[in-house]
Amino acid sequence: MLTEPATKAKESAFQRLLDGDVAVLARAISLLETGGTDSEVLTNRLRNHTGSARVVAFTGPPGAGKSTLINAYVAELRRRGHRVAVLAVDPSSPLTGGAVLGDRTRMGEHSADAGVFIRSVASRGHLGGLASSIPAILDAVDAAGWQIIVLETVGAGQSETEIAEIADVNVVLNAPGLGDDVQAIKAGILEIADILVVNKCDLPHADRTVRQLQSMLQLRKAERRNIPILSTSADRAEGICELSDAISARIEDAKKVSQEQYRRRRLKGLLCRRAEAIVRNRLSSLSEADADRILEQVSQGKLSIETATEALIATVFSAVPSPYPQQVLNPKDDDPDNWDCGF
Amino acid sequence: MQAEQLRVLVTKIGFDGHDRGSRVVAAYLRDAGMEVIYTPPWQQVGAVVSLAIQEDVDVIGISSLATDHLIIPDLMEALRAADLGHVGVVVGGIVPEIECQALRDAGVALIFGPGASREDIVSQVAKLGTDGRKTKLTSGEFAV
Repeated sequence: MLTEPATKAKESAFQRLLDGDVAVLARAISLLETGGTDSEVLTNRLRNHTGSARVVAFTGPPGAGKSTLINAYVAELRRRGHRVAVLAVDPSSPLTGGAVLGDRTRMGEHSADAGVFIRSVASRGHLGGLASSIPAILDAVDAAGWQIIVLETVGAGQSETEIAEIADVNVVLNAPGLGDDVQAIKAGILEIADILVVNKCDLPHADRTVRQLQSMLQLRKAERRNIPILSTSADRAEGICELSDAISARIEDAKKVSQEQYRRRRLKGLLCRRAEAIVRNRLSSLSEADADRILEQVSQGKLSIETATEALIATVFSAVPSPYPQQVLNPKDDDPDNWDCGF
Repeated sequence: MQAEQLRVLVTKIGFDGHDRGSRVVAAYLRDAGMEVIYTPPWQQVGAVVSLAIQEDVDVIGISSLATDHLIIPDLMEALRAADLGHVGVVVGGIVPEIECQALRDAGVALIFGPGASREDIVSQVAKLGTDGRKTKLTSGEFAV
């Protein structure tokens, strides 16, 4: 009896998230970033309420103009009558865990607009251009009713391609003068692009960068994907209309993928990220003694590197109990909607 | 499970654009392990409120080197109206002694003047943020 009002309040918080209450969504995102029992339960509860949002990712090297271009794209979407959420990921310090999240700096004009939700997310040690909580955060923003979610990665070098798993449309930015035509044929983020953008097209050599990208695509003609190369100047708002049209066209393509397939793909991304995180966490909990024991055997030649790796993984997985609460691992009730997460 | 990270908004309101101080403080807080949402100067009160909501911050730091601190009572009222009473507000920069009390009366938790040490800023902001978070989590809808 006594707990009943509390339970009601929690249900209403979750309900308010579904109804689009921005403050509750913001709080939910913090919880998902932190992890732990409530976060796990919330992640599971959200799963039943997702699948309608489409994710447009912007990636590219630091300083290419991702935030500025997103700002211009968001302004264009607003002109076209769409509401839009932006998740902007910036790196955390590997030394202190702190971060300066400055992507919003370029998006100031949307701060007071109720039709735009912007959240800065620190990568918190995750490599790959995103944060490990991003798939769960996407679910929360999706469940809160935002139909278009723009995802900005950490300034990406060449290998931050994990975004391709979770986004519907990948926009890869380049800026003029960042490398020669050999850079353009290297493997990496250029390969995952659905749309290639040469930003800062008002700078010298922008034409050359466009030509380099064209010749790269020539070499990949066999893929039969039509990948547009667009020139923009986010600063001068040039080429934004064309970019928005190209993204809309890709979103229409993405809608041909069924909701179920789409949810599964994001779910797969989530599971893989979690698995990686768990292995990494467990490795960091390896005791000195266990490490020494295995190292000793390898350095004496008694164990091959491969066997030692297996032994290492077996050791860390047997030593530490699962981080997940019983409620999540062996739920008494199959319906996550009935689970309790303080939300 | 990691501890929940403190999130601090460092910003400037009003017409003054001298942002060196806010950048230095942002770097201090980052180096102390906090997540700092940094904005350029010239923010409006309404924008600061919606930033604080969307970013779910624990502390708002306002840098004021001219007369911008005179707008802060308006900000405090707007924060309370938006149900953000748990968010600690810190003012740094140059606030004439005679005007400090008015800011405190309006609800500003801490005021740092010229010469404030890095250690003081970091430790007091951390304490303010942690206390505010507790208030938020133990009251109202987010109570576990």
